[in-house]
Order: sequence, then structure tokens, then C-alpha cells
Amino acid sequence: MNMVYDAVIVGAGPAGMSAATLLSQHGANVVVVDEQPGPGGQIYRNLEAVAAREGLLWKTLGPDYARGKELLALFRDSGAQYLSSTRMWHVGIDGEVFVSSTGRSFRIKGRAVVLATGAMERPVPVPGWTLSGTMTVGALQVILKSSGAVPDGRVVLAGSGPLIWLVAHQLLDFGVDVMAIVESTSARNAAAALRHWPRAMSSPEGRAALAKGLRLMAEVRRRGVSVYSGASDLKIEGADHVIGLTFRSLGRFRRLSATLVALHEGIVPMQHPARVAGLVHQWNGVHAYFQPEVDEYGEASPGGIFVVGDGASILGAKAAEHSGRLAGLRILERLRMIDAATFVELSSHEFKARALHTGWRKFIDALYAPPDCIGCPGDDIMVCRCEEVLAGEIRAIASAGCVGPNQTKAFLRSGMGPCQGRICGTVISRLVAETHNREMDDIGHFRIRPPIKPVSLGELSSIETQMLEYPAE
Amino acid sequence: MFRRIESGPDEGQHAFTFDNRSIPFRAGDTVAAALLLAGVRTARRSPVSGAGRAPYCMIGVCYDCLVDIEGEGVRQACLAYARDGQKVTTAANGAGRS
Repeated sequence: MNMVYDAVIVGAGPAGMSAATLLSQHGANVVVVDEQPGPGGQIYRNLEAVAAREGLLWKTLGPDYARGKELLALFRDSGAQYLSSTRMWHVGIDGEVFVSSTGRSFRIKGRAVVLATGAMERPVPVPGWTLSGTMTVGALQVILKSSGAVPDGRVVLAGSGPLIWLVAHQLLDFGVDVMAIVESTSARNAAAALRHWPRAMSSPEGRAALAKGLRLMAEVRRRGVSVYSGASDLKIEGADHVIGLTFRSLGRFRRLSATLVALHEGIVPMQHPARVAGLVHQWNGVHAYFQPEVDEYGEASPGGIFVVGDGASILGAKAAEHSGRLAGLRILERLRMIDAATFVELSSHEFKARALHTGWRKFIDALYAPPDCIGCPGDDIMVCRCEEVLAGEIRAIASAGCVGPNQTKAFLRSGMGPCQGRICGTVISRLVAETHNREMDDIGHFRIRPPIKPVSLGELSSIETQMLEYPAE
Repeated sequence: MFRRIESGPDEGQHAFTFDNRSIPFRAGDTVAAALLLAGVRTARRSPVSGAGRAPYCMIGVCYDCLVDIEGEGVRQACLAYARDGQKVTTAANGAGRS
């Protein structure tokens, strides 16, 4: 079957599902490829199974998680073809998307490609971050949602951002011994954020989000969690696995024992899908991340490839739904499946709705701006976990004349391990940029080449014969 | 290291092996989650220093949960869903590509 889809959508979180649902409802022929076994993305991960059981987990995850139920139902009913447990490993020219599933690779083709591949947690290079027992805060939530499991020991959450408080609250609900929150948010951030407080409080969405945040913080403190503010110099201790951590808080040196330390410094767009598609990226200095250059519909230049949701810029799950639909509308207009007037009317509605969820975020963006030490760690700190390259080694190579991240590979193998620079890429760019006192956009990022997911040589050699054939779900 | 918040309908019905050790799991568990629940502290060893590594991000980014799954090759344990009777072993050299 030599089929060309109207749109190939990668990822089934809020943005991908919303784009697919809208497109299908208007008669477009859509396929969604998703790494996960079921739709929902990370935010609504495993929702269908959790909702069906109606157990303790469903009750505790609350309305923000339950919100996904309708979104998933609409997506399932939309008629969009859904390919679960399918990994995208390349976006080629002319809408070709290469995917791998159950050990076989396929090439699918779309008139448009929508990358709704989401975000990842910002890497937090600190001493001991590779120890067994150091995880990310988001990882704890993944284990909770998909396996209904929580840490069984003394847990410390370290870093900054709303997710820390949400996860602390959820863990407390399940009786986890959350000993402490070690908060890296600086007093300077709080002062900078204050400027955005009136605007945040002027919108109902902002008021609701901030009220929820304040309530979570108060409850977590009330339930006996020690909160160490203005923390710096975090070190995680242990020989083979975590036994504790040390840090400075408000001028005092602290040592805590812990069996699990969960790190979090906000989330950043997952860059590899957009980079392998060849999209131009720019540095966002406020959020300290690279983001793909796209227009207000999520479309990159020269056209045909869209990036929507947190993979484009971090605006949250609710905004992602509107971004997904805006990309969908643009595609429908191009395919002449809606007329110009309908396009204008529906898009204007989506733009207005999206703005409600983005305007107030300046407050939390300023409050939780990542500390410089995260982006520019000390010389003795390992930045590339795969090849065990230290920040000092990158600085030394940069000082010796190495002007680009790609060049560091030749000397140090940095970014050449299995994660392909997903964890160290941005940090290495910053180390090089700061050494040369250059802008991040001048320095750039590792060149990302396919395949961006592990694919066997056997798979690669048999793509041609399997072209465009894909088993129905 | 980890514990369930409530018992499941298929408790004790499924298991795979990790380096010949039996690892119980429930439907919907990834290999990585099952290893953490079974108290496995080291999923792989760094090919550079030999240091033990364990699942870190759980969303397929860090590749520190790489394991060898019989018949499939080296896979990210956080993206691989556990199956009855499958043989999982520590990835031979911790490398990424199969």
C-alpha cells in the first residue's frame, strides 16, 4: 500500500492527541506514532489503566490528571490511527518519518509532520548524580503513574520548580518518608518574580495555579517535611549507591542521610526529534534552553514540519492542547479541508484560549529560573554521564582552541555515548560558550544524526522492503 | 527501594529473570520499574569506569538503564515492558547500539 498520510504525528501527549483529534474530525488521514504503550504522554501517562481501576492512585492523582480522560476519549474516538510502542528514529526530507516497532523499521510519509515529542527534565550535573539512588523527580512520578509504586526509604527532593512540591505532596499521600526539600531557588529569583505577580493574579488560570501551588507548599511543610531554602553546593554522597547529601543553606553547611535523592530543575524541550529533522534552533536565555524556531502555528521554515507542545517551548499541558489544534488548523487549511474564513475564526479562538494559559507563567518562569551552577558546573563535576567527561576537561579543550561542541567529541568522546548528548549537550555548549565568551547561538549544539533511537543494522538494511507497510493495531 | 501503594489483581503471577535472578512484575511495569521494585541497585556498569548505574530519568533520555533483553538486544529498560519468562541480563559492555 503506497499511502501518504495527511499528517504523521509523533507523540501522543496533550499536543499530539489534540492535533490528531482535530485533524481526524475534519476528515484528514492521520497516523500517530508513540513511544509509549498507550496515549497520554508523560502527564497523562497510563491514564486509561489507572482510571479503569478507580483505585487509590486514581483518587490521589486528582483532577489535573483526571482532566486527561476526556482528551484521551476524544482521541480514541477520532479515528486517527494510533501506533503504540513505536519509536521515531529519523525525520527525513519530504515528510518521511522512520519508525521502529518490535524490531522492525518502517518508513511512513506525511504531507505534514507534527513533532509533539514533549519535554525532558533539565539535567542537573552535581557530584553523585550518577549514583544508584539518584533519580529525577519526574522519574518518581513516572513510576507512580505506570507502576503504582513509591520509594521505600528516606527521600530528599532537591532543586526547584512546581513539580517538586506536587510530587512531594503525592509521595506524602502514600506514606513515603519525604525527609526534606532542598530548594535551590534563590532569593534574587523571588524578587525578580514579584514584578510578574500582579499580572499572574489578574487571570483566573494564574490565580488557580498559584493558589494550588501555595496550598501544596503549605501542606508539605505542615506534614513535617524540612524545607531548606536558598540551597547551593549540593553533593550527593555514596560509594556505589546514595547514602546522603550535603549542601549549604542560608550560610550553614548541612548533611542529611537519605536512600534516594530526586533532582529537578524544571523541564526543557526534548531537542533530538526537532534537531534530527534539521530544524533551526535558538537559545532562550530566560529559560536557559534551546528551542526550535517555529511560527505561531508551530510550523518551521521552510514548511511542512511542525513542533507543538512542550517540545517547542515549555508552556504546560493546557497550552499544548491549543498548540496542537493550531498546527492541525494550519494543516487543514493547506490541504483545503477548511476554508479561509473557518481557518481564521477557529485559529483566533485557539490563540485566545492559549494565551490564558501562558500569560501568567512569567511569574513562575522568573521564580524558578535555573541557578547558573546547573548550566555551568564546577571543573570536577561529570557532565557527560555516558563517557564520564568532566566539566573541567571540556573547559580545558575549549581553552586550547576547540570552538564547537562537535569538536569536543573528537578529543573527549563527549556526547558520543548511548544517550547521544541528550543529557550533556546543552551543558557542553554552555561550557564552550562561557570559555570563549560567546553567545549560545554562535556556539550551537551537537549535530544530531539519525538514528536517534537504537536500531539494529538488520533493521536498517530491511527498511526498503518493508516500506509503507505497517500492521494495523 | 520501591514498594507498591496497593495490591494488584495479578500480584505474584508474572516474572522475568535478570542475570538469572527471578524478578516479579505486574502488567504495565517496565523492566526498569520491576528492577527497582525488586531492589536491584545496579542495572549496568559504566563502560568507562565500571561504576554501577541505575535507572535515572525513566523516560528514555539518559540511557543509564540499558539492559540486554534476549532476542531483542540492548534496550532501554524504562521503555521496555516486562514480559513473562523473558531473560534480561546486564548489558555486556554497557554500550548503546545492538
